[in-house]
Amino acid sequence: MPPAAPRSGDAIFASVERVNAELFTLTYGAIVRQLLTDLEEVEEVNKQLDQMGYNIGIRLIDEFLAKSNVSRCVDFKETAEMIAKVGFKMFLGVTASVMNWDADGTCCSIVLEDNPLVDFVELPDTCQGLYYCNILSGVIRGALEMVAMKTEVTWIRDMLRGDDAYELQVKLLKQVPEEYPYKDDE
Amino acid sequence: MAAIYSLYIINKSGGLIFYKDYGSKGRMDTNDSLRVASLWHSMHAISQQLSPINGCSGIELLEADTFDLHCFQSLTGTKFFVVCETGTQHMEALLKVIYELYTDYVLKNPFYEMEMPIRCELFDINLTQVVQKDRVALLGR
Repeated sequence: MPPAAPRSGDAIFASVERVNAELFTLTYGAIVRQLLTDLEEVEEVNKQLDQMGYNIGIRLIDEFLAKSNVSRCVDFKETAEMIAKVGFKMFLGVTASVMNWDADGTCCSIVLEDNPLVDFVELPDTCQGLYYCNILSGVIRGALEMVAMKTEVTWIRDMLRGDDAYELQVKLLKQVPEEYPYKDDE
Repeated sequence: MAAIYSLYIINKSGGLIFYKDYGSKGRMDTNDSLRVASLWHSMHAISQQLSPINGCSGIELLEADTFDLHCFQSLTGTKFFVVCETGTQHMEALLKVIYELYTDYVLKNPFYEMEMPIRCELFDINLTQVVQKDRVALLGR
């Protein structure tokens, strides 16, 4: 039986159950506010958001693989395209694009045109240094780790901090395939 | 008349996280099923090394005289395999459906710990429904 063809982000987004966007934005806002109240330090909140994102990412990846029917990506370039074109579309309903590839193809930027997490949000002066959408960097890091890639994901541009777009830098640190240790001499 | 004898799910380190048997034949106790699962995990990994071609993704089908074994491995390393009657059709499609049930009822359960044995009632209920539907469809053909 031939394997099913990979599905486009739009097709999957159209087929899954959706939630009210404002409920989503409000829920995320409530999480960030609560974290700020509990942890007080902006750096701590950034770390916690990243950790929460990581915990989501490690579970989300299987959902992504199951629904999108993709086969193994041949290189990191394809991986980045998958995240931007299928992943972001499928889960957030937004289109993202990949740019600024470095010379060896291990580092790129994912630029979000739209970001449902930040609708109606403005950062006050007391929260300078907060990466409001840091959960997204954790999600990408967690998801990629489960498919054998150790990455570093950081924010380059953030509209809440005055930039003109949301830009995430995804850097592949190393591939860590699950090696069956039958060659061990122990 | 069960076309499927049993279903196993193993985590990426080879530990058995789910085992369900559907027939009166081939019932196994917990220890045996754990052992069989680790054996399969090793065989699957070795098959990737044995392959003359790089990038082999491991055993997908094992045909014996009294049973077939279909295996599906997700890109995250979780393996789903089903032991069934010889010649049972559409097991790959069934495994894909079970994978989707896993991503829904197991992974989305916030109280499920990753890589641990699956104890999710919703997963069991939906799995039974899927297998039942499959069995009915098979009998109908």
